[in-house]
Amino acid sequence: MLIMRHELLLIAITVILLLVEIFLPGDKKSRVITLAILLMTAVLILGFVPGPSGTLFGGMYQTTALISMLKNILNIGALIVMIQSADWLRKPENKEKISEYYILLLSTLIGMQYMLSSGDFLMFYLGLELATIPLAALAAFERFKEKSAEAGVKFIFSSALSSGILLYGLSMIYGTTGTLYFAEVGPAFTGTPLQVLGFIFFFAGMAFKISLVPFHLWTADVYEGAPVNISSYLSVVSKGAAAFILTILLFTVFSKIALMWSNVLYIIIILTITMGNLFAIRQQNLKRFLAFSSIAQAGFILLGIIGQSQYGMTTVIYFVLVYIFSNLGAFGVVSIISNRTGCETINDYDGLYRTNPRLAMMMMLSLFSLAGIPPVAGFFGKFFLFAAAANHGLYILVLIAIINTIISLYYYLLVIKAMFLNRSDRPIPKFKSDFYTSLGLILCLAGIFAVGIASTIFEAINGLSFGLY
Amino acid sequence: MIDFSYTIWILLIPLIVFVVTGLTGNRFKPIVTGIIGTAGLGIVFLLSVITAYKFFFVLDKVDGAFQRLLAFNYTWLNLTDKLHINIGVLLDPISVMMLIVISTVSFMVHIYSLGYMKGEKGFARFFSILSLFSFSMLGLVIATNIFQMYIFWELVGVSSFLLIGFYYEKDSAVAASKKAFIVTRFADLGFLIGILVLSYTTGTFDFITLTGPNSPAFTSGQGIMFLGMSTMTWSMLFIFMGGAGKSAMFPLHIWLPDAMEGPTPVSALIHAATMVVAGVYLVARMFPIFHHEQSALEIVAWVGGFTSLFAAVIACTQYDIKRVLAYSTMSQIGLMMLALGVSGYGGEDGLGYMASMFHLFTHAFFKALLFLGAGAIIHAVHSNYMHEMGGLRKHLPITHATFLIACLAISGIPPFAGFFSKDEILVAAFHHNKALFAMEYLVAGMTAFYMFRLYFNVFWGKEQHYHHTPHEAPLTMTLPLIILAIGSTFAGFIPFTKLVTSDSLPFENNTEWGIAIPSILIALVGIGIATMLYMKKSDTSKKVSIALGGFYTAAFNKFYIDQVYLFITKKILFNYVSRPVAWFDRHIVDGTMNQIAFVTNVASDKIKGFQSGQLQQYALAFVSGVIGLALLFTYLWTN
Repeated sequence: MLIMRHELLLIAITVILLLVEIFLPGDKKSRVITLAILLMTAVLILGFVPGPSGTLFGGMYQTTALISMLKNILNIGALIVMIQSADWLRKPENKEKISEYYILLLSTLIGMQYMLSSGDFLMFYLGLELATIPLAALAAFERFKEKSAEAGVKFIFSSALSSGILLYGLSMIYGTTGTLYFAEVGPAFTGTPLQVLGFIFFFAGMAFKISLVPFHLWTADVYEGAPVNISSYLSVVSKGAAAFILTILLFTVFSKIALMWSNVLYIIIILTITMGNLFAIRQQNLKRFLAFSSIAQAGFILLGIIGQSQYGMTTVIYFVLVYIFSNLGAFGVVSIISNRTGCETINDYDGLYRTNPRLAMMMMLSLFSLAGIPPVAGFFGKFFLFAAAANHGLYILVLIAIINTIISLYYYLLVIKAMFLNRSDRPIPKFKSDFYTSLGLILCLAGIFAVGIASTIFEAINGLSFGLY
Repeated sequence: MIDFSYTIWILLIPLIVFVVTGLTGNRFKPIVTGIIGTAGLGIVFLLSVITAYKFFFVLDKVDGAFQRLLAFNYTWLNLTDKLHINIGVLLDPISVMMLIVISTVSFMVHIYSLGYMKGEKGFARFFSILSLFSFSMLGLVIATNIFQMYIFWELVGVSSFLLIGFYYEKDSAVAASKKAFIVTRFADLGFLIGILVLSYTTGTFDFITLTGPNSPAFTSGQGIMFLGMSTMTWSMLFIFMGGAGKSAMFPLHIWLPDAMEGPTPVSALIHAATMVVAGVYLVARMFPIFHHEQSALEIVAWVGGFTSLFAAVIACTQYDIKRVLAYSTMSQIGLMMLALGVSGYGGEDGLGYMASMFHLFTHAFFKALLFLGAGAIIHAVHSNYMHEMGGLRKHLPITHATFLIACLAISGIPPFAGFFSKDEILVAAFHHNKALFAMEYLVAGMTAFYMFRLYFNVFWGKEQHYHHTPHEAPLTMTLPLIILAIGSTFAGFIPFTKLVTSDSLPFENNTEWGIAIPSILIALVGIGIATMLYMKKSDTSKKVSIALGGFYTAAFNKFYIDQVYLFITKKILFNYVSRPVAWFDRHIVDGTMNQIAFVTNVASDKIKGFQSGQLQQYALAFVSGVIGLALLFTYLWTN
């Protein structure tokens, strides 16, 4: 029981929300928001209570202190998204669907956690699908809006393709090794041509989830069409979960062909960071802009993987943690402004500082963190990633990454310039944020500063990263 | 074992006060902020006194020596397995002594400012920054490692900058704050280089390791020579450069007189008693290494000695009472540096070290008292210039009495505090270096002269026509004066040889009357000359200054050091260094960046068709990606 505590807790609160949905009278539906957030907070706190490690179901399910921590990180991200969604869910057209939204969101989170805890490719695949299919429903949540429907369709079709290819790869691995258990695949995976082909298919499927070039094309369209909070969920929690499990699998199951995938990653990192940046420069819509910025960030995450070391694992986890706070901070601002005014382009943000100085400051700090400017956490995240890659002598790669950081600084500063320097005839009017929006942004702000300054966090992650081997 | 972990609150309280008052300063009445700040410092003062009592009198000694203990320690950044940056609290005799000095003076200044700053615009801001300063300064002295010290060192610099420029609407205040910041920052660059060299060669930042008996600094960094000195000597010299900047040693002293543009309580706190002695504290903290690098220590001694003489000469010619005090501060800090420079290590050899710390302690009391007294005088007559004053002793009886005590203390007249500490410095200098010793006799005489020149000009002589009758300051201002006057009178009887010594072992020491009596006589001669010249307003002093001719003019103009700096920066640095660098920056660096931007722009324009919005194209790209990966692996396979 306790071994599976994270998933069981999430299932429990999902069931509670379902029951509440059935028995709550129609005019009190908006209370579900508070209930869901409180329940999720409880889950998050309980998740931090240390619990036993071990395996269940004959090794199909496993958990360790490291995996528990990864789940907690995902819970943090999910909680912030749930808080940030409150303002949007209160709109009249969404009022009927509040619990539906939270139930779908929690289902994907349960899927991700099973995926992280899987000890077997079958379990892994089940978790992956559970994490994907409700997301398509969420992307099409505003189904009477053309863009949202389009996003849902594009997401489900692309996912279907990638899942098919991934499953095909898994079947090849099963065919050549005769087992699906991670612990048994690892030793048997010697790198025969068919095994490598299976690995390629598997990797392409995962690359789709993390949106690495050239498997990233769905990202911008889906992010633009989907509700802002779903885009932010996709960009941090979903991507973070996929990055974690990919890292774990690369380090354990596929470590025998590490030399090969390192070389391939080398090329994919350069492609992803560069393409993400080049496209981001051209964007006017902030959601598309953040989509491409998140593609570039995904490339940075891989920098930590390439060295295949404990330190690399630590930097990946740390970077994702920082990235959750920074990206959710930026998306949070975009979300509230989009809800209140419908404005989503950079030009609309002209003169934001004059009318809504706090939102502008929040946006600035989040973008600074994404760009990696000290003293905010993003700087340390990037710094450690670069250090991890430099430790393995990948100086040219680090140099390219640094040049890309400069390019990214340019487009992040474009937004900041619009907010602070440009003047506008029709600026976004001044408005007051509600409690949940402020809370969500304050949590992000606290994260952006605290994670950077409190070195204990990095040390704690580093201590747990031993658990992988 | 006594638990000292509460000492972290000595740091946290001023920080909390700063954050709270800084954020909410506008919401309350100004006086609330003042009271919160003063109360916070009051608690810090109590904690410091308790800590000192427990440390010196309750805590067990190890082999007769005071312990050095880490009351609090937190690993902040792990750079490598061995090298890490900690934040913590180090308690040893000198840090505990500095806690007492800083918390006492800061507390007094807080109380005093309640009266002095009353009705000023920015009253709340003033107290808020004062808390920031107290936090930084306390953090500096209890640093467990040189990097923590450097962090707080810079924080001290920032808060000093903010306080000097407190009247930011006044051009001269802004200029002075910039000057102070840039000059000390320049010196800090040396400090940073020194830290980097030191930590690179020894592999540690930690003070306990660095200054312990088996310090890696004694063995490493000796082999490589550069310009005739070893790496370790160079690193010590660079570190001393940082100390010299903060402590206004020649030739990095030019910021201190201008810093008097700040409010007078600030001058008393920062530019007399605490921040400016940070350099002395730094050298004392690193003393075992300095002692090991004798050539560096020799330089410390000569820089200190020269500064003390140089500043004393200038002090004799100035008319602005705060500037006289500023130069006098430089001169006294020079004495402390000199005492460290002539000191040996361990037992009675460490007399100079003990004397330096002793003088730092007593000086804090009487110099803070002098500045606060000057503040009361300025408060009464609204002028800084001594020739616009005179006959004030009837109007300001308390200020007059306390000021006189401070003058006697700084001149080294027994039984006031300054006599004992200065005497120890003279003894230490006598045993080490006769030339420096002779110089200090001269300085002692000049100190007595310029202090009493100031005293007679202000309190005696003919009464001037004041705008309104000068009146004594309120109780909030006179109370600190009285308390500090008591300190200035009795601090000399504290047995420092039993408490603060170079190796933490107590030793016996008696006043050497053979050296003390001549120094008293010299001081009395100085006072006598000042009495003759200034007790009654007469022309004699003018005649003397005319007789001295060029030397007097040069001293009056501070030996033109400021002009030399201006020449070097404006004429040489700007023309021959800054311009070529600017050209390089504009054409080469910016040009490269522009090229990157251009290429990026063109590239992103070319590839934008890739993102078409067509789902079937995306699928095509996906499958092509898989095939591409397969080809890539095949390529890697065959190689």
